[in-house]
Amino acid sequence: MSQFIDRLTYFSKVKGTFSGGHGILTEESRDWEKAYRGRWAHDKVVRSTHGVNCTGSCSWKIYVKNGLVTWETQQTDYPRTRPDLPNHEPRGCSRGASYSWYLYSAARLKYPLVRSRLMKLWRAAKAEYPDPVDAWGSIVSDPVKANEYKKVRGLGGFVRASWDEVNEITAASNIYTTKTFGPDRVIGFSPIPAMSMVSYAAGSRYLSLMGGVCMSFYDWYCDLPPSSPQTWGEQTDVPESADWFNSSYIIAWGSNVPQTRAPDAHFFTEARYKGTKTVSVTPDYAEISKLVDIALHPVQGTDSAMAMAMGHVVFKEFHLEGKSQYFADYCRIYTDMPTVVMLEEKDGAYVPGRTLRASDFEGDLKAGGNAEWKPVVYDEGSNGFAVPDGSIGSRWEGEGKWNLGGTDSASGKDLTPQLSFIEGRDEVVGVAFPYFGNQPHDSEIFAHTDHGSVQVRNVPVRKVKLKGNKEGLVATVYDLMAANYAIDRGLGGENTASGYDDDVPYTPAWQEKITGVPRQRVIQVAREFADNANRTEGRSMVILGAAINHWYHMDMTYRGIINLLVMCGCIGKSGGGWAHYVGQEKLRPQTGWLPLAFALDWSRPPRQMNSTSFFYAHSDQWRYERLGVQEILSPLADKQKWENHSLIDCNVRSERMGWLPSAPQFHENPLTLAEKAKKAGKETRDHVVERLVSGDLNFSCEDPDHANNFPRNLFVWRSNILGSSGKGHEYMLKHLLGTQNGVMSEDLAEMEMPKPSEVGWHETAPEGKLDLVVTLDFRMSTTAVYSDIVLPTATWYEKNDLNTSDMHPFIHPLSRAVDPAWESRSDWDIFKGLAKTFSELCEGHLGVETDLVSVPILHDTPGELAQPLGVTDWKKGECDPVPGKTMPNLVEVTRDYPALYKKFTSVGPLLEKLGNGGKGIGWNTDTEVEFLGKLNRRVTEEGVSHGRPKIETDIDAAEVVLSLAPETNGQVAVKAWQALGKITGRDHTHLARPKEDEKLRFRDLQAQPRKIISSPTWSGLEDEHVSYNAGYTNVHERIPWRTLTGRQHFYQDHEWMRDFGESMCVYKPPISTRTITEALQKRGGDARQIALNYITPHQKWGIHSTYSDNLLMLTLNRGGPVVWVSEIDAKKVGVADNDWIELYNVNGAITARAVVSQRVPKGLVMMYHAQEKTINTPGSVITGKRGGIHNSVTRAVMKPTHMIGGYAQLSWGFNYYGTVGSNRDEFVILRKVEQVDWLDKPYAEGQPLGVADVEAVQ
Amino acid sequence: MNDPLHSFLFGIYPYIAIAVMLVGSILRYDRDPYSWKADSSQLLRRKGLRWGSNLFHIGVLFIFFGHFFGLLTPHALYEHIIAASSKQTLAMVSGGIAGAMAILGLFILIWRRLADARIRATTRFMDMAILALLLAQLTLGMLTIPLSAQHPDGSTMMALAQWAQHIATFQPGAVEHLAGVAFMFKAHIVLGLTIFLVFPFTRLVHMLSVPFKYLLRPGYQVVRRGRRASSLG
Repeated sequence: MSQFIDRLTYFSKVKGTFSGGHGILTEESRDWEKAYRGRWAHDKVVRSTHGVNCTGSCSWKIYVKNGLVTWETQQTDYPRTRPDLPNHEPRGCSRGASYSWYLYSAARLKYPLVRSRLMKLWRAAKAEYPDPVDAWGSIVSDPVKANEYKKVRGLGGFVRASWDEVNEITAASNIYTTKTFGPDRVIGFSPIPAMSMVSYAAGSRYLSLMGGVCMSFYDWYCDLPPSSPQTWGEQTDVPESADWFNSSYIIAWGSNVPQTRAPDAHFFTEARYKGTKTVSVTPDYAEISKLVDIALHPVQGTDSAMAMAMGHVVFKEFHLEGKSQYFADYCRIYTDMPTVVMLEEKDGAYVPGRTLRASDFEGDLKAGGNAEWKPVVYDEGSNGFAVPDGSIGSRWEGEGKWNLGGTDSASGKDLTPQLSFIEGRDEVVGVAFPYFGNQPHDSEIFAHTDHGSVQVRNVPVRKVKLKGNKEGLVATVYDLMAANYAIDRGLGGENTASGYDDDVPYTPAWQEKITGVPRQRVIQVAREFADNANRTEGRSMVILGAAINHWYHMDMTYRGIINLLVMCGCIGKSGGGWAHYVGQEKLRPQTGWLPLAFALDWSRPPRQMNSTSFFYAHSDQWRYERLGVQEILSPLADKQKWENHSLIDCNVRSERMGWLPSAPQFHENPLTLAEKAKKAGKETRDHVVERLVSGDLNFSCEDPDHANNFPRNLFVWRSNILGSSGKGHEYMLKHLLGTQNGVMSEDLAEMEMPKPSEVGWHETAPEGKLDLVVTLDFRMSTTAVYSDIVLPTATWYEKNDLNTSDMHPFIHPLSRAVDPAWESRSDWDIFKGLAKTFSELCEGHLGVETDLVSVPILHDTPGELAQPLGVTDWKKGECDPVPGKTMPNLVEVTRDYPALYKKFTSVGPLLEKLGNGGKGIGWNTDTEVEFLGKLNRRVTEEGVSHGRPKIETDIDAAEVVLSLAPETNGQVAVKAWQALGKITGRDHTHLARPKEDEKLRFRDLQAQPRKIISSPTWSGLEDEHVSYNAGYTNVHERIPWRTLTGRQHFYQDHEWMRDFGESMCVYKPPISTRTITEALQKRGGDARQIALNYITPHQKWGIHSTYSDNLLMLTLNRGGPVVWVSEIDAKKVGVADNDWIELYNVNGAITARAVVSQRVPKGLVMMYHAQEKTINTPGSVITGKRGGIHNSVTRAVMKPTHMIGGYAQLSWGFNYYGTVGSNRDEFVILRKVEQVDWLDKPYAEGQPLGVADVEAVQ
Repeated sequence: MNDPLHSFLFGIYPYIAIAVMLVGSILRYDRDPYSWKADSSQLLRRKGLRWGSNLFHIGVLFIFFGHFFGLLTPHALYEHIIAASSKQTLAMVSGGIAGAMAILGLFILIWRRLADARIRATTRFMDMAILALLLAQLTLGMLTIPLSAQHPDGSTMMALAQWAQHIATFQPGAVEHLAGVAFMFKAHIVLGLTIFLVFPFTRLVHMLSVPFKYLLRPGYQVVRRGRRASSLG
């Protein structure tokens, strides 16, 4: 009806009254209500999730109206849990609900973009050279032309291009690089496959087929806790958040659950309703503090001192004083406590050496094969040394005896391993332990004590007769631990404590000086934690996170905590254990995904690289290294052995000995090595070894600044490496990109410090090593701004993909609710298009080639039994060069470049030929490949892929993952458990039989979240009776951990571990990075300033760590970069809330606003992670360059113990072990910025890239 | 006076303008009810509104009602109360003051609209056009004051009123009353009619919606029973 005519009934509208005339009844059109209903009406709801690294993996309803995504809300249809457990939902936080903003925002990338200067050069080159590969070569081989576009990276200047053209440039560049320098010069960085597996696989499949390098992320992010592989041989395995509810004592240690684990936090609260006691450990007043009964606030970075003191209390009361039979029984079976360690004499005392092996005895104790890899215990039953089943030696022996049944590998009889020799000891000797807590730190924040560097304590030992009639002294790990914790056992001697108030490391009184936490609190929490574990058989839990893992000596904090959990029998128990949450590292259908992602169906092995070592070397961060190896060496180590060793030298040795991977690999193009061997009439492998020994051929790592060894092409997708994780940001800008940067540090030559002994030194460091940087993103991120080519990808609501998390057992789809907007494409389609162009353009340049791939010694392969008794370097003539044993393996791989596209889009034949599997378990997968042929159809075109199952679309790719993985295909799960059963000699198939016929298809996941199926590649179970908990099958199925002893390791006996004083957990203070003194002297001026410890926690106003640049988040926060500082420190330098401030050190500078808050303790400054440089970032006064990001003041500093390899659980694996990018030991100088310069003037040609040098300030 | 342009502008154009205004407003009210609003920019910036908006509205409302009653009240109704010459003087003085207020207010509003980036970004063509029209009209109106002062007897005023009343009551011969009127007055009338003409296409429509009903609101809880519901019930 007419609105106007309705108005004319004004006087007759009221039809009646009620409530005494206060209410009226009218009869009038209610059509206007439609507008309000229409506001929330929609055409469809599609299930998707967020491909973000927050571990949330929440199911979302995506609302679509008129072909546009309008908003999103939480899905609420998760399958119910058991009656005694709260349900999973609601999952999904308000930050995630801001995501739909990106789809149609100004930040959205809509078209392929190319840096305009490059585009001009390209079009000119194309006019001259009709062949695109030659055209690319003409640009990058001319330094003037190359510098023309490299120097303006990061300064804007993009022009729109067509997909055809960007594909042509990129493929031409890849082909040119592969042909000229080698495929291992084409690098790809993409993190966290679990957040969108198919998108990850798209890029990694393209690179792997080419022979390019896929880079790790977990170690580089410093989210990888190296102590996990060290202790368990497992990258990371943790309980799902629902298992928190099963706990009755939870310590949240450096994990800010309500802020960073928002969708899971309800379990934490619900557990408290049930009566669970909760404790938090944080330096600041973090949000978690409001959810706990006791809040502990140790000085940041000193957590391990507190953990050691708690261990002191628990070990003394519950182990030595025998309060808990449960603990003793647990540790006897599931830990290395009874393992026997050899003692070596040194300077009048003894030091703990390597573990005693079967091979040390005459006749190998009849332990069978791999005797060097079978550690020994002392059996109480037979009163003699014995070898228990379950060690790494029995794992690869093929006898089906790799289990924790507690049997003697010689006789098969039950063993009772003795924990302590104190009763039957032959002697008590003084054993020396290193002490690091006496090292003074540059800053007063980190206190030290005056105890001696070497602490000799009495230990009960047995004498043992070894091979060759030698006699040795041995002790158990248990006895060494008691001594390491400095507990007085009535054995006399010094340096032990009989009471908690003694001033001896590691008593509660001792830690008080370092951490500032009252000793009574430490004793109380330790006692309660252990007492609860004792009464409940292990239901004490520690939730811990990146906050304490990002310190240089993170292993010590983590091992300190892990020790508590293991000695209290909490690992593998429902409601107990180690809950390390940092990111979405759990790729549940991993074994189904691996063949797709790394093209294992076509060729093996793929090239993979640990990113920390890569960036450290190639962004030349090593040229500025201020930390010497001698500083971190154990006082008990042989100093001479480590002379002339810098950190990068350790890494070079590691690569040479086959420990860590290399990329690029050799000084020469790996496509030419086979040819050269052929000419010499030799096998490629032998020829390369010969040339390496003679020095005719070098590893790239030995000269990263030589043009032959530059990484040339870099793909970045699903990542914002230059805006978030790039430690040493300014060094990357300088050396990798060759653009404007804020590096102010002098290099080793300028500082007159010793140069590396293993690495070639170039007087002038190269700048702009990368010829082409290609970034795929849906928004103009900081990384995209620095790229040469930016490709617009589909958002999380515009593509089909898979997503899993460690926080819950469901697998979620990302779904194409709407088509990719503008000209964007899904990652799968982008790389598929690139593969096609590559295959077409490579004709005439690359054909069928032989590539020589160097592979480090890998964990979970028989090769991990490589270097059992000590470290020897073939280059120094200490051993023979044997690929795969004393040096990297050398494998020839045939690459059919013109067929790259055909291989990309089909399932290759190696799956039938070699089978599938993971983590050392393999099975036949013919049935699944056959099934995929029917589901995805088969290729009909002629060529290598003829008759193979197709992988055309992203859904096809998802189906490959789902069909091949035991977690999503019940019949594969049964096969996998069978395969494991052959190794353990036990039947495990009962764990999967009930779900044998369950097979998840992509569209099943879109219908409702589906629980994954229990699989032997994970250590927890996902079934109707227990919540997922790490180590559960180790304890309940007696499957050994994948470690040297097969048990959980308190003791690390590798030579380098001992040299760096980490064979047992100790307290190590933060390192001195020495980045401020020089900066202060040179650039400080007379401004009021203060030096503060600098940390970068995850933010509150962003979708996890990364997406803070949307309008909603910016509005809720302060709309630009901020830094949190304490009231006390702010007052000292006259900074008020919201003032502009500058943080700087020799690494670079940051400009941001100050948040002055009582939350922050004095001495600390916090800058939330990844606040985009693209948002309201002004210039820095000191550098004169734009602002900086949170990593502008950091630089990666590597730790030698993380370079260990070729040794059981300490063997390398992709994202499993390796150097990590720690950053929290850093200091900055903070001062107020009086005049903010927005640098909003046009670019002036020829302006300097670096920071102008200044004379020292008087 | 047989000038066809003159006849059109003052004999036909008024009806076109008023018809467009009425029909246009009704159609807009009916078809596009969500555009029926003042489009205030107060949410974007309050600065300048207190003086600008108040000065303008007080002035312009006074002028509007002054014209309305001054022109349409038949002479017979007021001649016993006030002489035409006195009425003219009153109109000149009070209208002059109100006009000055409105112009001052309008300047502030225009300055605000142009100088503030946020407001400028949300400004549409018609928002600026109507301000310009109003400014021109107010200026013309003010310029008629010196003219009126030249003949303080009220004769021109009477002629204008005659014209307006003839138009309003559909009497023929309205045009003749304006035969001897100065150009400035005519321009003022044509522009005024043009404002009527564009009225439904501008934010001026908010003039038609005044929430008087809240003053005499019968109940505080309103239950709206849709018409269809009542016929079913």
